[in-house]
Amino acid sequence: MNFDLNENQQMIARMVQDFGQRSIKPHVMEWDEKQEFPVPLFKKLGELGLMGVLVPETYGGAGFSYFEYITAIKEISKIDGAIGLSVAAHNSLCTGHILSFGNEDQKKKYLPKLASAEFIGAWGLTEPNTGSDAGNMRTVAVQDGDYWIINGSKNFITHGKSGDIAVVITRTGNPGEHRCSTAFIIEKGTPGFSAGKKENKLGMRASETTELIFDNVRVHKDQMLGSKGDGFVQAMKVLDGGRISIAALSLGIAEGAFDAALKYSQERQQFNKPIASFQGISFKLAEMATELEAATLLTLKAADMKIKGMHMTKEAAMAKYYASEVAVKVANEAVQIFGGYGYTKDFPVEKFYRDAKLCTIGEGTSEIQKIVISKNLIN
Amino acid sequence: MKILVCISNVPDTTSKISFTDNNTKLNTSGIQFIIGPYDEYALSRAIELKEAAGGTVTVLNVGEADTEPTIRKALAIGADDAIRVNAFPKDAFYVASQIAAIAKSENYDLILMGRESIDYNSGLVHGLVGELLGIPSVSPVMKLDVEGGKAVMSREIEGGKEIVEASLPLVAGCQEPIAEWKIPNMRGIMSARTKPLKVVEPASVTDNIKLLNYELPAPKGACKMIDASTPEKLFDLLKNEAKVL
Repeated sequence: MNFDLNENQQMIARMVQDFGQRSIKPHVMEWDEKQEFPVPLFKKLGELGLMGVLVPETYGGAGFSYFEYITAIKEISKIDGAIGLSVAAHNSLCTGHILSFGNEDQKKKYLPKLASAEFIGAWGLTEPNTGSDAGNMRTVAVQDGDYWIINGSKNFITHGKSGDIAVVITRTGNPGEHRCSTAFIIEKGTPGFSAGKKENKLGMRASETTELIFDNVRVHKDQMLGSKGDGFVQAMKVLDGGRISIAALSLGIAEGAFDAALKYSQERQQFNKPIASFQGISFKLAEMATELEAATLLTLKAADMKIKGMHMTKEAAMAKYYASEVAVKVANEAVQIFGGYGYTKDFPVEKFYRDAKLCTIGEGTSEIQKIVISKNLIN
Repeated sequence: MKILVCISNVPDTTSKISFTDNNTKLNTSGIQFIIGPYDEYALSRAIELKEAAGGTVTVLNVGEADTEPTIRKALAIGADDAIRVNAFPKDAFYVASQIAAIAKSENYDLILMGRESIDYNSGLVHGLVGELLGIPSVSPVMKLDVEGGKAVMSREIEGGKEIVEASLPLVAGCQEPIAEWKIPNMRGIMSARTKPLKVVEPASVTDNIKLLNYELPAPKGACKMIDASTPEKLFDLLKNEAKVL
């Protein structure tokens, strides 16, 4: 396996850096403070092709592989993790679900709009009482002729309010029963389908997180993804790819924090020396760099297996688990290296510190990743 | 309209410059190379003109194989095809001669490039190409429109601007705000791989200049702050320490 960035990845990295410096970086703290989800930015990201990175060109996407996708998510997240999270959720969850499990009509209808960001996508699995334990969900779909009637609610949904469509996993059988869940595509404006409370979050504040509420929502059977009962298996496969996304997001946050700390430690003088010359700081930098490298390799390995079509549930969980923990640790150490300045909003590391924590929680906590990894180790 | 855009492959502006081989070569290790920013504006304008009126945009670079990522980026931004003259760009006359050699047989309506490259900043190539081809050359051009076989350009001059008109074909050295700066999109990056990039051997050109060695400018000294209420201190330092008065 070649670990160097290929020519496309180099160009994508540069493109995101150029765009980010002009259109993201100047607004990062404003969006964060106001907890503003910048919809116009996502339209621009759509023009650049960053909202349909994995979607084939025939459906209006960029048609790249997971390697280029990781580069794009990582580079965005180095500038703003919240934007990285939203781009990742749009690409790998909502769009990824339709791409992997939609029929031809569904793909033709939705993928071009998602890839261009005419539609922003949401994806709903988590509920107030069932996060990691998705088999016991309470959002229920009941068949009524050609329609399904959905009742219940989802929470912690990225783009719940600003999203134009949502892929929602519902229960269509008895709780805990084998093949009891089914996925549907629901468009904004469908009667009874609305966004609830917007969460006020520690980090990732420019990425919108809300409730989704279903009050007798009538959805035509054509909106079902795959067959009745496929929902849970589909969701787990979508999350396999999603874990690579969150690993890439974690790498971006960690690299952003590390780069800032490395630069600062060589500029900041104490006792007439740059603080990087003290072992207490240089050893921190060595640990951060090594762990970041290890997290990168795990992520690339999972992506490589995904591209080759291999079973990579374990490797994706390992990449997500390790990279997210590394992001939290590196961001924490970066704040420490910045000292008092790191604790203020005038320097970027406090935001990396807040944003990083989401990575060990979203799309499966570290504990859930360990369950997934161990299940794949033990027969 | 047939447009040629000449691009230079230059170190990123944040690069730390150092030399190797007894100070006769740039140390390229760790340096990221980019399209000359002025050239990128020229390319953006060429693509705007093509989008408005049709035609083709060809990019040309005089450089060795390591400049191809820069050329691919120009293709990703929207050029149709590319030519690389396989030679190290020794000096402005050498580069201009190579451009002229290609342009002679191709009948381009417009030959655009940056007002200068940001490595040597000599700003000579567009003028030399114009002379070698016997066609007008204008620089620095901040606005360029084409109508009925003529180009109307706005040129920056000391304290104002000058509006000039010239018949095609012509050479223009461009600078912002001639066009909106273009960022390649993912589709552009994908399609850049399959666009034609032709490599041609250089024309023979007499060496006029021999490079002996490079020297870095003296490092900047420390900055001294003088309180606004004591202008006599400033005078004293300028006279007795800097000895400029």
